[in-house]
Amino acid sequence: MPSSVPADVPGVALRPARVPRGSGFSLMLSELRVLFARRRTWALLLALAAIPVLVAVAVRVSSSVPPGRGPAFLDRISQNGLFVAFTAMLVSVPLFLPLTVGVVAGDTIAGEANLGTLRYLLVAPAGRVRLLLVKYAGALAFCLVAPLTVGVAGAAIGAALFPVGPVTLLSGDVIQPPEAAVRILLIAAYLAVSLAGLSAIGLFLSTLTVVPVGAMAATVVVSVVSQVLDQLPQLEWLHPWLFSHYWFGFGDMLRQPVLWDTFASNALLQAGYITAFGALAYGRMVTKDVLS
Amino acid sequence: MNPAGGSSRPGTDGLAIETQGLTKRFGQQVAVDAVDLAVPPGSVFGFLGPNGSGKTTTIRMLLGLAAASAGTVNLLGMDMPRRFQDVLPRVGALVEGPAFYPFLSGAANLHRLDAAGRHTVPSTRKARVDGALERVGLSHAAGKKVHAYSLGMKQRLGIANALLSHRDLLVLDEPTNGLDPQGTREVRNLVRSLAHDGATVFVSSHLLAEVEQMCTHAAVMSAGRLVAQGPLADLRRAGSARIRLLTPDAGAARPVLARLGLEVEAGGVQADGEILLSDLASPGGTDGRLPEDIVGHLVAAGIRVRGFAVERESLEDRFVALTGEGFDVAQ
Repeated sequence: MPSSVPADVPGVALRPARVPRGSGFSLMLSELRVLFARRRTWALLLALAAIPVLVAVAVRVSSSVPPGRGPAFLDRISQNGLFVAFTAMLVSVPLFLPLTVGVVAGDTIAGEANLGTLRYLLVAPAGRVRLLLVKYAGALAFCLVAPLTVGVAGAAIGAALFPVGPVTLLSGDVIQPPEAAVRILLIAAYLAVSLAGLSAIGLFLSTLTVVPVGAMAATVVVSVVSQVLDQLPQLEWLHPWLFSHYWFGFGDMLRQPVLWDTFASNALLQAGYITAFGALAYGRMVTKDVLS
Repeated sequence: MNPAGGSSRPGTDGLAIETQGLTKRFGQQVAVDAVDLAVPPGSVFGFLGPNGSGKTTTIRMLLGLAAASAGTVNLLGMDMPRRFQDVLPRVGALVEGPAFYPFLSGAANLHRLDAAGRHTVPSTRKARVDGALERVGLSHAAGKKVHAYSLGMKQRLGIANALLSHRDLLVLDEPTNGLDPQGTREVRNLVRSLAHDGATVFVSSHLLAEVEQMCTHAAVMSAGRLVAQGPLADLRRAGSARIRLLTPDAGAARPVLARLGLEVEAGGVQADGEILLSDLASPGGTDGRLPEDIVGHLVAAGIRVRGFAVERESLEDRFVALTGEGFDVAQ
């Protein structure tokens, strides 16, 4: 009878107690693969790519836009296709980008809990803190890819439908198209940083529930509330502390030389949000009972 | 608390799973109440109990998924959850049914869960995934998306996930759920072969027959408490056989029975002259206490015997006696 097996059963006593630990980089790769293998992620990116297409087609089929009406840059599109990228990025800041980021960030932990895979990841063992970090890194990757998609799709459709030429910056200087492309990437980076704080909020909300849609909706609502508060002059004292405060500040990336002050203030503010909500998410993650 | 458990434990050290006073409270409700599990290494340990008796909650605490309200857990000689980094790589688990990413293929799911472990070796991953799929008979469906899997296939994939690396301990929660008889048989054989390779297998089930067929040891949970634990043979014996004697001379029969070493159960003498005796060690055994001998002694002493029966309790009766009858889910 196996109960009489002595204590030197392989592995129970003879093996070294400590298991060597690898770098754990595979989980990060796997996270990116899972994130970008999902049809949902592609649907979000396609929706984002559709924004510049809509803008470009609307301008193309309509008669000339009177200057000073519609979103900034809109009146310049017919002369220079690259402005489709700038316009589309501007248009997507208040709702579309936070919406898609809210979906991804709200899904991080709650989505795994909802599928039940959270328990298997933890038993693997992924480690709760490591999993949280990897999940957040995945959300950040999406924060970068999302505005990049808008910018690249905008530049592509703009180049297809309109002439491309030197771009006049907000400071009045003129840059050549290759440098304009760099500016598009710079704005994408600015927006990625802008969305990092919202992602941390989404990550925290995602640790609270097993219903991913709840965490997604809550994240999007938070982003809308922040923007509404930012509009109220009575709350001026609060404005510099709102994570959406610098969202529209990316115009400073379109000056010569680039005004880095806004970028730095924005980065500092987002770092504060990442620290605060990262700490909350950490506190929740290491103590929560995984019962789903 | 566990009459059969104490005898054959190999001592407190070297246990594959050991819990002491393990308790889980959800608000006012006590889901798991002071459970002391002792799972010997190399055993196939059946963890029995009706639905809602606290089996899965106990397993969640064993694996560090849920924190214990009180008590300690020791897996493979190490403290859980403190040493989860060292313990869990050696533990394969199926907890409360399989769970996978429906939009990934079976093989991709296993790659993902294997990559989640910090210790796993990427260079052998493909071979290990293929081997695990082969072992549960899923090689042909490896490339298929999991949302197209049947429940039984998902269950097999869940077991394959538990087998991705060399494991010293397998914790399988209801491993035959959703499997057809053929699949159930395969799981039984698989469990046996794992135990043969030296692993300890901890299998929870609400199906007694399943545990009887593959386990060497068992524990029984009821309403959050551990009501019995030990080698299966001991559990069977614990409530084993009793004699039912029908006689109008109950008073006079007692000393005669006592001389034969038979104890009358507490409250065993009933108004209609029925006597229930417990602890009839091995009737038909060699100790001269064959049923006919007992009757002979009784008759020789002038006791009028109206009825005499030896009732052997099945493990199922024992299970029902321990956990209660009926479909009521334990509160």
